[in-house]
Amino acid sequence: MKKIPVNRNLDSLKPSGIRKFFDIANEMKDVISLSIGEPDFQTPWHIRQAGIQAAEEGKTWYSPSMGFLALREEISSYLQRRFDLHYSPKSEVLVTVGASEAIDTIFRALINEGDEVLVIQPSFVCYDPLIRMSGGIPVILETKAENKFKLTANELKNKITPKTRMLVISFPTNPTGAIMEKEELEALAEVLRDTEILVLSDEIYCELNYTEKSHVSIASLPEMRERTILVNGFSKSYAMTGWRIGYTCAPVEIIEQLTKIHQYMVMCAPTISQYAAIEAMKHGDEDVKRMRNEYNMRRRYLVDRLNAMGLNCFEPEGAFYAFPCIRSTGLTSEEFCEKLIYSKQVAVVPGTAFGDCGEGFIRISYSYSLKHITEAMNRMESFLNELKHE
Amino acid sequence: MDNLLGLLKQNARLSIKELAVLLNQSEEVVAKALEAYEKQGIIKGYQAVLNYEKLDNAPVFALIELKVQPKKELGFQEIADRVMALEEVEDVYLMAGNYDLAVFVKGKTMQEVAMFVAKRLSTLDSVLSTATHFVLTKYKQDGVILKDEEKKELRGQMVV
Repeated sequence: MKKIPVNRNLDSLKPSGIRKFFDIANEMKDVISLSIGEPDFQTPWHIRQAGIQAAEEGKTWYSPSMGFLALREEISSYLQRRFDLHYSPKSEVLVTVGASEAIDTIFRALINEGDEVLVIQPSFVCYDPLIRMSGGIPVILETKAENKFKLTANELKNKITPKTRMLVISFPTNPTGAIMEKEELEALAEVLRDTEILVLSDEIYCELNYTEKSHVSIASLPEMRERTILVNGFSKSYAMTGWRIGYTCAPVEIIEQLTKIHQYMVMCAPTISQYAAIEAMKHGDEDVKRMRNEYNMRRRYLVDRLNAMGLNCFEPEGAFYAFPCIRSTGLTSEEFCEKLIYSKQVAVVPGTAFGDCGEGFIRISYSYSLKHITEAMNRMESFLNELKHE
Repeated sequence: MDNLLGLLKQNARLSIKELAVLLNQSEEVVAKALEAYEKQGIIKGYQAVLNYEKLDNAPVFALIELKVQPKKELGFQEIADRVMALEEVEDVYLMAGNYDLAVFVKGKTMQEVAMFVAKRLSTLDSVLSTATHFVLTKYKQDGVILKDEEKKELRGQMVV
């Protein structure tokens, strides 16, 4: 056999472009990394304990396919008290294996071969390939630094065609730290109301919003609930990445379809993790606040250092990333990152990992201790000084 | 504990300028808050956290359990005052439980500490008994892990 015949959608996917870069980083000694995209906090102890207790009590079987009703009820009441969203726990909440499973399931359930899917970039690395795997055609909506990486109504309108099936947004955004406020979302909603376009709103970073106002979900705007599929999870808010628990909420007709795929694919989300997630929703508010407060201090420190060393950084208002512009160095994103790691052993992620329009930027995670961030910034500052004198 | 105290507890060498950035306050406001904490005695000082074991001639530490007879009217204050005044004594805590005062003592040698307990502590009137426990090694002190290895990064390298 000359070539193993793989699925043609898969065949067209490129392997992750940053693999090479991280192979370098992994082989070097004393690398100080600001590249990881998950909380540095451990899962709060009382949440871990709930998981331990479930295991101890032998609660180790499959759960109901949609997730335990107790958890779906907690999710429903959380969304109501935090974001004024109303989903029936019985029929409109599906517990998934991380938010990632939800995203894949939504694409597979709702996209047909040749459908166009609008997706903001720079953004989370998984949207584009998963859209392609489902036969859809990703159509990129470039968000721009001068708009604080928000999506504007005009940009949206210009890319809509009769083939447009879905819009994927994710605010607060990985990697830019952008958020969208109510009026800004309302402008998008106004464009969408006349159309049949569905919205996948990935709100995994919803608790990491550093403005005075709290996060607003596009699903809470008039006439938007019916066309929005909300994706969220426990990974970022409660520092529970390894537990693999996410959820998706949508009108019952959509959830029914998603549940079919979910059943055939994974049966149910991990049972023990679901018990931990119930505890997180019941008693985790203080933990969320504490972590947000810590991130917020680091965020201000990091942005201040970046600007002081001449890397223009728009103020990220959400998530735990800064996305400074490195064009002033004359280097491409990849060159910058490669030089930085070779000369100072500091690892950051080239903006291009999150879409071609991330060229000219780097992503810096502040999901690290202040001490760690300080050391990395000192090294980066000396790197930039040396660059100037080259 | 507010953010200012939390930050200083982690690193007392943060400058006023850095604290101002971290707290989203002006330098003036931060300086005033610090002054107020010092005046109120909430901040009692700024010290380096030393890993004595790395020093040549590392000192010896011991925990002395002191049972005492509290005085009428004065309670434990009088004896605590006298114990605190001794310069070998690093920490003094009033305890609930089987003994009354926990006294941490620093000395050059075990012999020196033993003599200090025998001659200076146990002879104080109102001290009923002492029990001396020598510290073998300190793993963590004042919230700081004293081992050299950096806290291991338990996370993978997931760049999502």
